[in-house]
Amino acid sequence: MKRVQFEHSAVPYLFVAPQILIISIFFLWPAAQAVYQSFLLEDAFGMSSQFVWFRNFEDVLSSASWSRSAIFTVIFSVAVAVISITISLFLAVRADEVIRGAKSYRTLLMWGYAVAPPVAGLLGNMMFNPLMGDLYKAFNSFGFEFNHIQNANDAAFVVILIAVWKQVSVNFIFFLSGLQGIPKSVQEAATLDCKSAERRFWTITFPLLAPTTFFLLVINLTYAFFETFGIIDVSTKGSPGGATATLVYKVYVDGFIGADLGGSSAQSVLLMIMVSILTVFQFRFIERKVHY
Amino acid sequence: MFRKTLMAAAAVFAIGNTAEAATEITWWHAMDGALGGVVDQITADFNASQSDYHLVAVNKGGYEDTMTAGIAAFRAKNQPNIIQIFDAGAATIINAKGAVKPVQDLLEENNVKFDINEYIPGVRYFYADSDGKMIGMPFNSSTPLLYYNKEALAKAGVDVPKTWQEFEEAAPKLKAAGYTALAQSHSPWIFFENFMSRHNLQMATGNNGYDSTDVKILYNNDALKDHWKRVKAWKDEGYYGYYGRAWGANQDAFVQQQVAMWIGSSGSFGGLRKSAQFDFGTSTLPYWKGVGDAPKSTFIGGASLFAFSGHSAEQDAGVAAFFKFLTKPETQYYWHKETGYVPITTAAYELAKKDGYYKESPDAEVGIQQLSEEGGEWTKGYRLGFYVQIREVIYREVDKMMNGEETIDAAFNTIEEEANGLLDRFNDTYSN
Repeated sequence: MKRVQFEHSAVPYLFVAPQILIISIFFLWPAAQAVYQSFLLEDAFGMSSQFVWFRNFEDVLSSASWSRSAIFTVIFSVAVAVISITISLFLAVRADEVIRGAKSYRTLLMWGYAVAPPVAGLLGNMMFNPLMGDLYKAFNSFGFEFNHIQNANDAAFVVILIAVWKQVSVNFIFFLSGLQGIPKSVQEAATLDCKSAERRFWTITFPLLAPTTFFLLVINLTYAFFETFGIIDVSTKGSPGGATATLVYKVYVDGFIGADLGGSSAQSVLLMIMVSILTVFQFRFIERKVHY
Repeated sequence: MFRKTLMAAAAVFAIGNTAEAATEITWWHAMDGALGGVVDQITADFNASQSDYHLVAVNKGGYEDTMTAGIAAFRAKNQPNIIQIFDAGAATIINAKGAVKPVQDLLEENNVKFDINEYIPGVRYFYADSDGKMIGMPFNSSTPLLYYNKEALAKAGVDVPKTWQEFEEAAPKLKAAGYTALAQSHSPWIFFENFMSRHNLQMATGNNGYDSTDVKILYNNDALKDHWKRVKAWKDEGYYGYYGRAWGANQDAFVQQQVAMWIGSSGSFGGLRKSAQFDFGTSTLPYWKGVGDAPKSTFIGGASLFAFSGHSAEQDAGVAAFFKFLTKPETQYYWHKETGYVPITTAAYELAKKDGYYKESPDAEVGIQQLSEEGGEWTKGYRLGFYVQIREVIYREVDKMMNGEETIDAAFNTIEEEANGLLDRFNDTYSN
């Protein structure tokens, strides 16, 4: 009997090794450390530590400020993802239609991508400064009693606005290239069959963009969960009353500013679990509706 | 080949070093901007004053960044010789047994004369242990002061309030003159910690936390709650401006003359002199007449220098030499004059007086006068674990009190409960 055997070569492993190494050093190892730390009570300088099982998790889960932060994070992330995807889809569709000066429009719309989150936060902070901010003054001159320093909803509005503004250009780039990837023949055929541009968009263009949209949904949620940290730290610092502190921001405040390693590790482990569940959910339930 | 090059490089480096014959010591600090420039000057002066040690001062960002950097470096066994740690972080480093060498031991081992009584009263025991041994060397020490816009007060026809009762009389007049009467920049430090000190009220059990880590916070008391009820009432009547938790936003309101009086740090003096386009004066932190036995001396704020353990005796000697240089009256006077932080020794204070500095700018003396006021049982300081997070809780609850999301009583219940939870965690972490 002849056994089929594939030649095992070390070469492919060699090629993936650098990537595996990077993931192990910068992700797996710190993640394992965080899990280990979350079971310890240890002083900041590492002079003594004790194993306390789930004490850190109990403390975190029973704290009112953590629950508030978790709820805010969900609202914030969904709002940022949905709003920024909607706006950038609209802009991309419009920009795709432009013929004259298309390049300049597109370049201008992409500019925001180059702005780092803390810088975006700083810009937003200046525009909403109660003493000299133009947007702050504009909102109040329209008769809103806008005060993000004291009003939790206004503060949430400010951080969502900054986070969305920052993300729109990224999404725009993806949507635009997605739109340009739709074959001309399909579009022309659709034009012959259907006069309504709106209907054509929803029946032809949007479904064909679904893979892009799904990809952006995943990316945007991750962005809102993790990368908006810089925006929040520079603009509201979680105020008023912890109303705009996302979970990542709380991890930072407790771990880095407060030097509570066990508590903040427990928070990051919980965050890891939440994001894993979210990702599984996205791929199992939403991706099914996506046709590549 | 590579090894050889490396060894050759190391050899060259070593020769270079012996040629200089100076032991290098590093100092991580949190002073940036103008303050950083003064630190650099002091460092250069120290290096020029002797040839045995070479001090390298590195700015690591703000207070929190510096502490985090120090923690990370210590855990990686790569710690600097000296680190600047701010008031609220003192408990974290002092309770980590063995992380630092007490300053008093360090100086005495290296034959530097040390007498705790040479330090001014408000500074003396703040960074000491329960036996009164100095652990951290006080460095930039400040205290909350009231700054007032002279023109605004003249326009309203009021004097600088010494007490909150006087403030309540002046506030409507200032409002009529077009000003918000008051703002302040640091609710936990000014309207919590220093409120307790000013009125000589106990802040925490266990001798304000010096004797033990198994302690409870005592903020939930009527005196402090009544104060905050009044603050809320002032805000509602337009006498008190609340510009959020950010230090700068509240100070800006004063600089831009929306607010007639502002409570900040004595260390704000130098910066304010540059930014404010009007004549301003300083006065002591107001108190409630009849509450506790006010007025008593306030706490210091700011930061101190700690000597990390795990260095050679030679380097430790360098640290001692630097601390000796730093506490010299001349150095302290220079630091005081350039920054507005108070001089930490009586000798330096005397030198400033003798030099006529306070005749020339009397406002610069208010901070040290306030710290030299009569002390009480509860004015020497506090030592509370996870106090940085307790301050976060306070910031959060102040927001809620000010925007009406919570009543004063409810907010104080939350502060008490969460602060005690944090203190318990700290005790469980550090007591074994």
